[in-house]
Amino acid sequence: MRQWRFEVFNRPSLPDVAGNGVLADIRELGITTVEVVQSARVFLIEADFDETFAERVARELLADPVCEQYHIGRSGPPAGLAKATLIEVHLKSGVTDPVAESVMAAIKDMGATPAGVRTARKYILLGEIKPSQVETIARKILANDVIEDVVLGDQAEPPSPHLKPYELNLVHWPIRDLDDAGLEALSKGRDLFLNLVEMKTIQEYFRTLGREPTDIELESIAQTWSEHCVHKTLKSQVDMDHEGQQIHFDNLLKETVFKATKQLDKPWCISVFADNAGVVEFDEESAVCFKVETHNHPSALDPYGGAATGIGGVIRDPMGTGMGARPIANTDIFCFGRPDKRLDEVPKGVLHPRRIMRGVVSGVRDYGNRMGIPTVNGAIYFDDRYMANPLVYCGNIGVMDKSKAFKHQQSGNLIVVVGGRTGRDGIHGATFSSGQMTHEHETIFSHAVQIGNAITEKKTLDVLLQANEAGLYEAITDCGAGGLSSAVGEMGEKLGAEVDLDKVPLKYTGLSYTEIWISEAQERMVIAVKPENLEAVQKIFASENVEATVIGRFTDDKKLRLRYNGRQVGELDMEFLHDGVPKYRRRASWKNPKLSEPTLPKKDNYTDDLLGLLSSYNIASKEWVIRQYDHEVQGGSVVKPLVGVANDGPSDAAVVQPKYTSQKGLAISCGMNPLYGDIDPYWMALAGIDEAVRNLICVGGRVDRIALLDNFCWARCTDPEVLGSLVRAAQACYDGAIAYQAPFISGKDSLNNEFVCEDGSLIRIPPTLLVSAMSIVDDIDKCVTMDLKRAGNLLFVVGRTCNELGGSHYYKENGHTGANVPKLDLKLAPQIAARIASAIADGLVAGCHDCSEGGLAVALAEMAFAGGLGIEANLRRLPRSKDCSRTDAQLFSESNSRYIVEVTPENFDAFAKRMLNLPFGQIGTVTGTPRLLVKDDDGRKVIDAEIGVLKEAWQRTFAW
Amino acid sequence: MEQVRAIILRAAGINTDLETQYTLELAGAKADRVHINRLIEDKGLLDQYHIAIFPGGFSYGDDVAAGKIMANQVVHHLAEPVQKFIDDGKLVLGICNGFQVLVKAGILPGGTNFRQEDVTITNNDSGKYEDRWVYLQPQTDRCVFIEPGKRIYVPIAHGEGKLVAKSPEALERLKSEGHVAFKYVDANGQEGPFPINPNGSTESIAGLTDKTGRVLGLMPHPERYIRRTQHPHWSRLGKDLRPDGIEMFRRAVKYVRENLLASCSA
Repeated sequence: MRQWRFEVFNRPSLPDVAGNGVLADIRELGITTVEVVQSARVFLIEADFDETFAERVARELLADPVCEQYHIGRSGPPAGLAKATLIEVHLKSGVTDPVAESVMAAIKDMGATPAGVRTARKYILLGEIKPSQVETIARKILANDVIEDVVLGDQAEPPSPHLKPYELNLVHWPIRDLDDAGLEALSKGRDLFLNLVEMKTIQEYFRTLGREPTDIELESIAQTWSEHCVHKTLKSQVDMDHEGQQIHFDNLLKETVFKATKQLDKPWCISVFADNAGVVEFDEESAVCFKVETHNHPSALDPYGGAATGIGGVIRDPMGTGMGARPIANTDIFCFGRPDKRLDEVPKGVLHPRRIMRGVVSGVRDYGNRMGIPTVNGAIYFDDRYMANPLVYCGNIGVMDKSKAFKHQQSGNLIVVVGGRTGRDGIHGATFSSGQMTHEHETIFSHAVQIGNAITEKKTLDVLLQANEAGLYEAITDCGAGGLSSAVGEMGEKLGAEVDLDKVPLKYTGLSYTEIWISEAQERMVIAVKPENLEAVQKIFASENVEATVIGRFTDDKKLRLRYNGRQVGELDMEFLHDGVPKYRRRASWKNPKLSEPTLPKKDNYTDDLLGLLSSYNIASKEWVIRQYDHEVQGGSVVKPLVGVANDGPSDAAVVQPKYTSQKGLAISCGMNPLYGDIDPYWMALAGIDEAVRNLICVGGRVDRIALLDNFCWARCTDPEVLGSLVRAAQACYDGAIAYQAPFISGKDSLNNEFVCEDGSLIRIPPTLLVSAMSIVDDIDKCVTMDLKRAGNLLFVVGRTCNELGGSHYYKENGHTGANVPKLDLKLAPQIAARIASAIADGLVAGCHDCSEGGLAVALAEMAFAGGLGIEANLRRLPRSKDCSRTDAQLFSESNSRYIVEVTPENFDAFAKRMLNLPFGQIGTVTGTPRLLVKDDDGRKVIDAEIGVLKEAWQRTFAW
Repeated sequence: MEQVRAIILRAAGINTDLETQYTLELAGAKADRVHINRLIEDKGLLDQYHIAIFPGGFSYGDDVAAGKIMANQVVHHLAEPVQKFIDDGKLVLGICNGFQVLVKAGILPGGTNFRQEDVTITNNDSGKYEDRWVYLQPQTDRCVFIEPGKRIYVPIAHGEGKLVAKSPEALERLKSEGHVAFKYVDANGQEGPFPINPNGSTESIAGLTDKTGRVLGLMPHPERYIRRTQHPHWSRLGKDLRPDGIEMFRRAVKYVRENLLASCSA
């Protein structure tokens, strides 16, 4: 069989978009001697077709006849150009190559059958470059070591990807006779991430059984007991020392977040904290479910792949909730280091924040867009403590029939794996993400990175929805962290299961039984099928080229039995696997940090401060990101992420219409402010809840149908102070949920987000709680957006502005943290939200925007430039606390529960009556002059700027 | 009255089939979503329909190039039935990825037995995917989907939407033979640079039609503007806002009723 090599180049007359992009990145690295970068796509095809057919493949399939030209074989450097450097980037063997799969299928359509297809990228750099610079360019721009190999110059082809077949070799990891040191060494040596107490529990179990464990048994336990899967920290007993006062929790989660849900006991909550996503009622027939996950560690190593599989993974949660939902919306929230860091400020083993950001955004874009799910809501925060531990939160919402919210697997059901094949990717992902990161992680844990292929997931989804409708399966779950081990383990928890691992379809040969069992290869789902439905299942999946393979069955003896080629390789009691994890007792402590308020000089005019805030990374327009996401696919968008007269104002929340034939909508929002956590995570968490609620209310969401989700991202909680800060936030979740009568329906935590640098120093992320929220909109025609609508309208502020600049962006821009963190009035906040919601429902509101990052001044500016209209405002009418006397506090304080409301003169009376007894005031009017003018108590102009200037400041930061 | 029937062709990665189906039904057709495998198995299936839609999405991941793999399937398995469909006087609409498929399969601009030589669609000049709203100005009077002269406002969402002709002569042919269906313009009908022309398309071309005017392909998504609340700033506009996108489908259904159903029964 012949190895054909095809190289496809752009025609010289057309711009080489990929090459130019690389050139720009090289310049950004400070290398100025490269003049031109040419890029080519390379296809290596193993096939026995002849030259004529090869020509056809090149001409009809691989190269575009208008834009591209091809070369069969290896092209040399361009003639006459001595200073050309050739670099090729190949995928490491075993890494999923979706393009290769498509090319294989397409060549079959043309009538030939290749034995293998691989793809690569080739770059020709023209200009004077030192070898060390080539190395830098290859490593920092062209290739990711974790998944790709670089081949320099005219070297030979990369090694053949053919792998040796696997021959069964049953491995035991003796444990019964180990001492403490031996147990710890075993855990560490095998990357089990189990601590000594856990290892001892396992040792005891096998001593009772009177035998040694096999590798697959210990791996199964490690996966199931990982922080990622079992949340042992949040469920542990905690002894909290709060400034000397002792508080005990038997189960932290159950006594905070979950307790609120139980206490509220809302009839519209269908399935909460039970399934892969939280399920609530949408209307009489339908339910919606929502899940938010993090994919932090993988995104740190491989930003593109990590983020892509982050969104791909969370989509499978609603797909695997109940009997399976149809995904209708994605959310994404990211935390990065500042993109303007110098290269030498980035610790070893860490990618530059800008590269991480670009990679993460592209990953979410390419996977989310390909899935045909609109990405409708998100946020991005920047803080250098996220540099080594970027946070990538991905959320997905699905819709399903209410009658299909629960699973019904039974003994005798077949275990069927559907979708993608299993490979060596993502081994140890669950345990890896449960540990701390170090500068060596990128080499040690390269195998933990999963590689996604959105189209495999999309076609799997297409068939699953049909199979669900036809009632062909009894239960479904996704293969996420822990792979088949977790999926089968969970589904069979109350029954028992036996699996023949040799039946699992593989991407390539050579995987051991343990690798098959714990691989986190993407795009796989597990369904439970009655034997009589198997034929129909296989037919329906085959009809759209999706694999569905029986790998075992559910039993009734509550044992997990694993076999390979008929030989038993593992047997565990389900009870030990799921309930055997030792209960922890952890110490937590909280001391109020000793902080003080800075004294900033008073100024006559704060226009420059406002412009600075508008340009600051956290506040600046994220249009560059938003437009790369398809936020309109499925045709359900009602309030888009960008609104206003020029479609570029920052919407508070998204509204989607899940069913074409119903006027009902779903409002989706989030709230987060890590800066407050530096002062007190309790108030940080309440501010996050309040912000998420405000955002829903602003667009017309119902106040009595709010469902919340929590995502805790923290540093290592074995440190009592770190855990103490988490306890504070968890306590706030309870208080906030009760105050707003808004239950948490799902949650997830990602702990251990810290990085050990080469010199031993530690970078911890700040405590970061993301609150996601959704609510029902009764009539989408009544939704409201934040842009000003008409000159002559009146502007009200509802909610009190306090002297609360602590943790504000105004202080941050001035280099301070401060002490007066925004607090939440638990009684007043829900009252304000309810009245605003009722005013919107009754059509009294023309526009509504919440005050958040940057305070009143930023919110006014955003409303003005989004609407293309001006504002004249006077701070004298601003409802405020007595101690909020300084102008800068009035303008920039980030006090909670504040809404700026635009009302027509005709609705003035009705609106004012509706707000009676709340802190509210008419602070100004909308003008036809495109200018934001704010006067202080004495009538002095403290802000005076053209809205075009404000908008330019806001848009310039990410005009990438 | 006999029903107007539309087929929406699905494949791995096609992802706008549901809203396209709803749009067609709103416009008065009975629409089925059919996987391309079914059509390959039973080539006569196409005969039952009057309108064929190649919808948006990322067919086969847009691997190699946008629409390329699906176009390859059409060329090698469905060339005859699709040609017959067109010759029978029926309608074909390609939206976004569907447009890319039609061009890469040589169905558009058409006329030279499915050989794609003159025109292609490639990466946006910006080098990235973009979702934004654009104005389209009709350039033809012969396309049954398009109301002549009526400027419309619809969204685009793509990374590879730049139309390129192989040569100045090829471009000239497109224009002189009336293949240009739509151009990107501003609110006042003037052509301009990004973002008015969102992808750098040659001469702002947003869509093509064939010589019959019964085959149309365009990058923007008319099926995403069939309700008032899909307009990006509907909350600023009056209750009487009329969505532009649905008209294209209504015109197609009307055409079938007046020309195909009538002639069938005659």
